[in-house]
Amino acid sequence: MDAILIENLEKTFLSGWPGRPPVKALAGLSLSVRKGEIYGFMGPNGAGKTTTLKILMGLITATGGHAEMLGKPAGDIQTRRRVGFLPESPYFYDYLTAEEFLRFYGHLAGMSRGDLRRRVDHLLELVGLTEARTRQLRKFSKGMLQRIGLAQALIHDPELVILDEPMSGLDPIGRKQVRDLILSLRDQGKTVFFSTHIIPDVEMICDRVGIVVKGKLLASGRVDELMSHGHTQSVEVVCDGLDPARVEALASSATRLIQQGRRCLFVLPGPEHVDDLLAAIRAHGASLVSVTPQKRSLEELFLEQTDPSGRG
Amino acid sequence: MWCIAVIACNTFRETLRDKILYNLLFFALLLIGGSVVLGDLTIAEQEKIVTDMGLAAINLVGVIIAIFVGIGLVSKEIERRTVYTIVARPISRWQFILGKYAGLVLTLGVNLLIMGAVFLGTLWMDQVPIHGALFQAVALIFIELLLVTALALFFSTFSSATLSAIMTLAFYVIGHLTADLKGLAAKSQSESLKAVLNALYYVCPNLEVLNIKGQAAMGVAIAWTYQGLASLYGLLYAALLLVAACMVFERRDF
Repeated sequence: MDAILIENLEKTFLSGWPGRPPVKALAGLSLSVRKGEIYGFMGPNGAGKTTTLKILMGLITATGGHAEMLGKPAGDIQTRRRVGFLPESPYFYDYLTAEEFLRFYGHLAGMSRGDLRRRVDHLLELVGLTEARTRQLRKFSKGMLQRIGLAQALIHDPELVILDEPMSGLDPIGRKQVRDLILSLRDQGKTVFFSTHIIPDVEMICDRVGIVVKGKLLASGRVDELMSHGHTQSVEVVCDGLDPARVEALASSATRLIQQGRRCLFVLPGPEHVDDLLAAIRAHGASLVSVTPQKRSLEELFLEQTDPSGRG
Repeated sequence: MWCIAVIACNTFRETLRDKILYNLLFFALLLIGGSVVLGDLTIAEQEKIVTDMGLAAINLVGVIIAIFVGIGLVSKEIERRTVYTIVARPISRWQFILGKYAGLVLTLGVNLLIMGAVFLGTLWMDQVPIHGALFQAVALIFIELLLVTALALFFSTFSSATLSAIMTLAFYVIGHLTADLKGLAAKSQSESLKAVLNALYYVCPNLEVLNIKGQAAMGVAIAWTYQGLASLYGLLYAALLLVAACMVFERRDF
């Protein structure tokens, strides 16, 4: 069973003013998130990421299509016991201390006092806020707020965690902490579905990604599949000890050549040219240093998919 | 019930940590205490001035808290987006509304107790006789506060804090003038104005029903039947407003 299943989801926002056209935020979005995986939901601003997450959490209702979480329709109140949610740029009750804040959400989830005490201690330690447990949230930095927000999403030990831009506003150390936290959630068998703009994070931790543009899913799949699919990968070959006078003869199949003394870097357009070049290098008595297939980056794919000119 | 209690406790804590509440309470206590000075300056009806002013101060400060905290109960949650993490929890939206309402009612109740205690203390120190009618008046003030809070909460489920404040204040003022509205409608020559005034008369709560401060200051007790019916009227009106608030909030997109 999928942790999240979305089929032809549509959402149109009425402007509220006569004469103004309605805004279509989702135009038939379909995707599925498998149990136990980390799914990165990418897209430019206004693509419909937050709208999708809000529909899943019952904050807004869809105007068409179907969405379900853990086998139940989106918005089902009882299912929310098994789901944790962190909204984008969260604002919290700033008059509460970190400890009171987590207790409040734990009480709402129906946790017992004993469980709550243990869980609050554990989560404050996990997000590095044990020292700030008695400090009011109004005195927290943005990074600290993001971390306490993550802790509230996890207070009831949910099976599925939905995070809207969890890395936004964090410094590199904070981002690494969140990445590690997400990875540890997967290790515990939980499913993580998060939206983000920060592509390297997606590349590093996601099992699968989806790219949403103008309310539709344009690409979805494993990160390595998406990066190689439909495109020839280039290969970089580095060799040493090649006579500079003979380099040109070997470079016929290369798209690029960089020469530094007796060391050469050949960029080949595809893996099919590698064997010929390696044979030639051996024949010329040079030594091979490295053969590196060059993958298309997720960022390149993202830019191709979201390019309004359609050049991708 | 548990979720309503959790939200109510949090709302109560929120108001307790708001400095404005203490300022208002201080203002009320100052007014109640000041009534003694004012009473001393008058030649006759000293007792009436002290009780009148004390009851008016309790009512005024209670209404200010009910309106200005009530309008922010839901609209502030939406504006600050704190509602996202609450609605995403395993609670119904109506539970959230009732929890917010119960939290503010608790705050109002505690405030009323403090103001009432200071009021009685002032009367006792000034050797003004304490009648049962005073307790009846304070009880009806509390019913009025329940109604005004429900009104503010209802408006705050679909409009901004400023607009909610304006509408609640308007309803509060009209609510004390409904008898005049009926009289005006009877005298009006214009049919359309008559219809508007009559509509306002029937839609707005008649808050004068809950105002027995004048009699109480004179030491005149009201019949318990009246007390019961007036309380029932106020509670029913507040309940209707809460149902409407829950229905509006249930359909809202955030």
